[in-house]
Amino acid sequence: MFGAPVQRREDPRLVSGNGRYLDDLGQGALAAAFVRSPYAHARILDIDVTDAIDIPGVIAIYTHEDLDGNTTERLPLLIPHPDLTNPMTGYCLSPEVVKHVGEAVAMVIATDRYVAEDACERIKVDYEQLPVVVGLEKSRAAEVLVHAEAPGNIAAHMVQEVGDTTAAIAAAPHRLALSLQIERSASTPMEGKGVYARWDSDEQSIRLYSSTQTSTGVRAAVAAKLGMPLAKVECIAPDVGGGFGVKIMHPWPEEVLIPWAARRLDAEVKWVEDRREHFISSAHERAQLQDIEVGFDDAGRVLGLSVKFWHDNGAYTPYGIIVPIITSTQLLGPYKPGAYRVEFFSMYTNTVMVTPYRGAGRPQGVFAMERTMDAIADYLGLDRTDVRSANFIQVEDMPYDHGLLFQDGRPLMYDSGDFPASLAKLKELVGWDDFAAYRAQAAAEGRRVGLGIGCYVEGTGVGPYEGGHIQIETSGRVNVSTGLTSQGQGHQTVFAQIVADELGVPIENVFVTTGDTRRFGYAVGTFASRAAVMSGNAIALAARNVREKALRIAGDALEVDPGDLEIIDGIVRVKGDPESSIALATVAVMSNPLRYAFDESAKAATQFANTGAVDYSKPPVADGEEPGLEGKGYYSPTQATFANGMHAAIVETDPQTAEIKILRYCVIHDCGRMINPMIVEGQVHGGVAQGVGGALYERMVYDDAGQLLNASFMDFLMPYASEVPHVETDHLETPSPLNSLGIKGAGEAGTIPVSAVIASAIEDAEGFPITSMPISPDELWNLRRQHADGLIPDLRRGSRTTSNSHKSTNA
Amino acid sequence: MSEILRTDVEPLVQITLRVNGVKHTAAAPTRRLLSDFLRHELRLTGTHVGCEHGVCGACTVLFDGTPMRSCLMFAVTAQDHEITTVEGLAENFEDSTAGTGSITTTMSPVQQAFIECHGLQCGFCTPGFLTTITAYLKENPDPTETEAREAISGNLCRCTGYQNIVKSVLRAAEIANERGDSA
Repeated sequence: MFGAPVQRREDPRLVSGNGRYLDDLGQGALAAAFVRSPYAHARILDIDVTDAIDIPGVIAIYTHEDLDGNTTERLPLLIPHPDLTNPMTGYCLSPEVVKHVGEAVAMVIATDRYVAEDACERIKVDYEQLPVVVGLEKSRAAEVLVHAEAPGNIAAHMVQEVGDTTAAIAAAPHRLALSLQIERSASTPMEGKGVYARWDSDEQSIRLYSSTQTSTGVRAAVAAKLGMPLAKVECIAPDVGGGFGVKIMHPWPEEVLIPWAARRLDAEVKWVEDRREHFISSAHERAQLQDIEVGFDDAGRVLGLSVKFWHDNGAYTPYGIIVPIITSTQLLGPYKPGAYRVEFFSMYTNTVMVTPYRGAGRPQGVFAMERTMDAIADYLGLDRTDVRSANFIQVEDMPYDHGLLFQDGRPLMYDSGDFPASLAKLKELVGWDDFAAYRAQAAAEGRRVGLGIGCYVEGTGVGPYEGGHIQIETSGRVNVSTGLTSQGQGHQTVFAQIVADELGVPIENVFVTTGDTRRFGYAVGTFASRAAVMSGNAIALAARNVREKALRIAGDALEVDPGDLEIIDGIVRVKGDPESSIALATVAVMSNPLRYAFDESAKAATQFANTGAVDYSKPPVADGEEPGLEGKGYYSPTQATFANGMHAAIVETDPQTAEIKILRYCVIHDCGRMINPMIVEGQVHGGVAQGVGGALYERMVYDDAGQLLNASFMDFLMPYASEVPHVETDHLETPSPLNSLGIKGAGEAGTIPVSAVIASAIEDAEGFPITSMPISPDELWNLRRQHADGLIPDLRRGSRTTSNSHKSTNA
Repeated sequence: MSEILRTDVEPLVQITLRVNGVKHTAAAPTRRLLSDFLRHELRLTGTHVGCEHGVCGACTVLFDGTPMRSCLMFAVTAQDHEITTVEGLAENFEDSTAGTGSITTTMSPVQQAFIECHGLQCGFCTPGFLTTITAYLKENPDPTETEAREAISGNLCRCTGYQNIVKSVLRAAEIANERGDSA
């Protein structure tokens, strides 16, 4: 099963309308809706609910004044860091000053969502508008502060350095400086967030459903906020309609308020985020300004690299500084610079907060590094792939320690990878060496084309741990549970594949549950391309434990050494003597000595069933054993596994309209051994599509007052099928030495280098540097005008293999 | 056309329509969207709501056979019309993940193709694609790859990058031909 493109076990349910997403649950529940701030920075003077409270169907209206206990306090700082010296988090409902458009001010509970929204419209909030900070330039200028507690609008300042970078750059034969910029985008899952809570007044307990990437995290946070014992709170992630990072952030105000209201009203309450709410009150990512200095030799080897960047973290920092830390470390990609210094400032603005979105800081880091590689190649007149090759970490350097601390607080040490082999495959796939001829031919037809490249390394499978539990029923059904959640990754399939192999059972008998704290209470969550690595290995360990127990029991029954047994197709049998066998289902019966028979098969385990054969000196459950054919496993690695990949694209830019079209998109991907290549490919396709969105179409358009002008799918240009290229893929499988399955994560890979690749290709087509992404046709058109006016320099281009046939025509 | 039943919360009207071949009557306010009516009044939650402004296509149903965005229609306008939702595409269904069902599965060619080609990941947008493609293949039972891509370019998916959905359209046409029927 492992390694096979097994069809997904989830799909029959999902293609027939039998999925159960958040809003499919709780059909009789009361509905919540929120009054949200229309201003980016304002003091709340008064909230008048008089016109709203008497609307038929309105049950309750709550403002911050109505909250109690811990719900009145700020929301938690999830990931503290010593360099995050001025952390700020928001409230469930804003008590006094709102810091971005979309911040929740009041909550209405009504019999129906339509009525709840009617009431929201009739609640009058009187605001005193305050000065607003939008964009990194204004944040850096610090003429206005987002939070008085954060001087200079600085949330965090962090420096890491390996070697003496200043000296290395000063001593280098060549030096370059680059200033780069990346704008905001967002996860934008098709299903927004949602919360549904059931208060059980008899048991004094809460059952909470949330469209989340961490049900254990939400559970713990809700118990803390509501002042309840953990044992009285359960949280379930049902089918989740995409996450991409935004749902790992928790607890969202609504995740606290909905169960709080359910308890207070002794009723079921549900809130489902609408699309506009998702744009203005969930999280965004990506925006950074980057200054780079690099010193290098004649071969393009980087002797010293100094990067300073400013990261827009929005109004709050509940997720800490994970995103800029990842940028600052994963920027290095497959390369080993002589010396490296990175310094960043995480900056407040009056906009939606920034938390990880697929790629999580890596697209920005890769953009910085790959733009630098291209600039070096251009400066020296070398082939862009030769410069990269000159800087690659080699196979014999593995494991490679960069001497930095990674996002998990552990050393940034690559476990494996073969970068020269990946590059060779990529060059072959895209036809790198034949591109000059293609360009010449296109030029002869009056067409302008360019070839771009981007390489990355992705730390995946970060700790601290995940666990798995497996129980075999007396029917032979194998129940598998793990605490982390699923948002479309096919966990019910890939984890079943692992169990089927490890246990020797048909995959049809394996049933996987994820993200349900009733089934498995210890977990971290699904993010950082970690689910397959973490839960996959935990479940494999659990399966081995169960297998060992099954063989022990079967060995007793068959009176053979367990080492002589094997399990094939759910039957334990003696190796070389298939006649001598016992079904796993029967082993399950025997594993649980019974007093009461509940069905035919259970009779065999009751106390008078085989009195003759019983050794009365031993207890029914042997010392050190537990009843039941089940077992657990936890996987807690010392460090992350590092997957890698290299992408190349051929783009065509229209000489007149500056329209940008991706003609080919090629991906070489190495995530170690693949459990299910069909699913890995799907992850790559989807990742590239999000990358293309971030490179060419998506941005968050804030005006100076902090209004998000494009908070709808009409205005935020998420790519349709017409915008996403066909992705050509090839794989390397360099196993990770860190886990027995040899796997690495694959979830974010496709997205990471796309902006770098497309910038590289457009630059190659146009003949002048591209330093800011995303890029739209009108921006490219303006760049052409600036280039024609001499405001943007030509590329040097030197003796590059891809010949210079470009002429600036359209200025 | 329809009478007001209750006035205490909001006037309700009686709405009768056929969904997946079955006649349904339920009371709802006049402003109730068809998407909400299907999901909450009729409890047919397979139709999903992704944007509520008609752009994403997740809520696409077949309205007298034609793909329509049910989030852009009032339920009352569907009075006496024939609606097909994702629940109506397959005749029977077995829940392989719960392991409880034993019903024979009769997936439609489009559903079957999505399973074979990994045409879905989170599955949230999928019902809208399935209904859209089902109607499209009736019009064009043998599309080229370019036509297949064009046919799905009015629906948003955030997971798949569309590549395997394009593949699913082509495969669905093939399955329909193999079965000797239309999609």
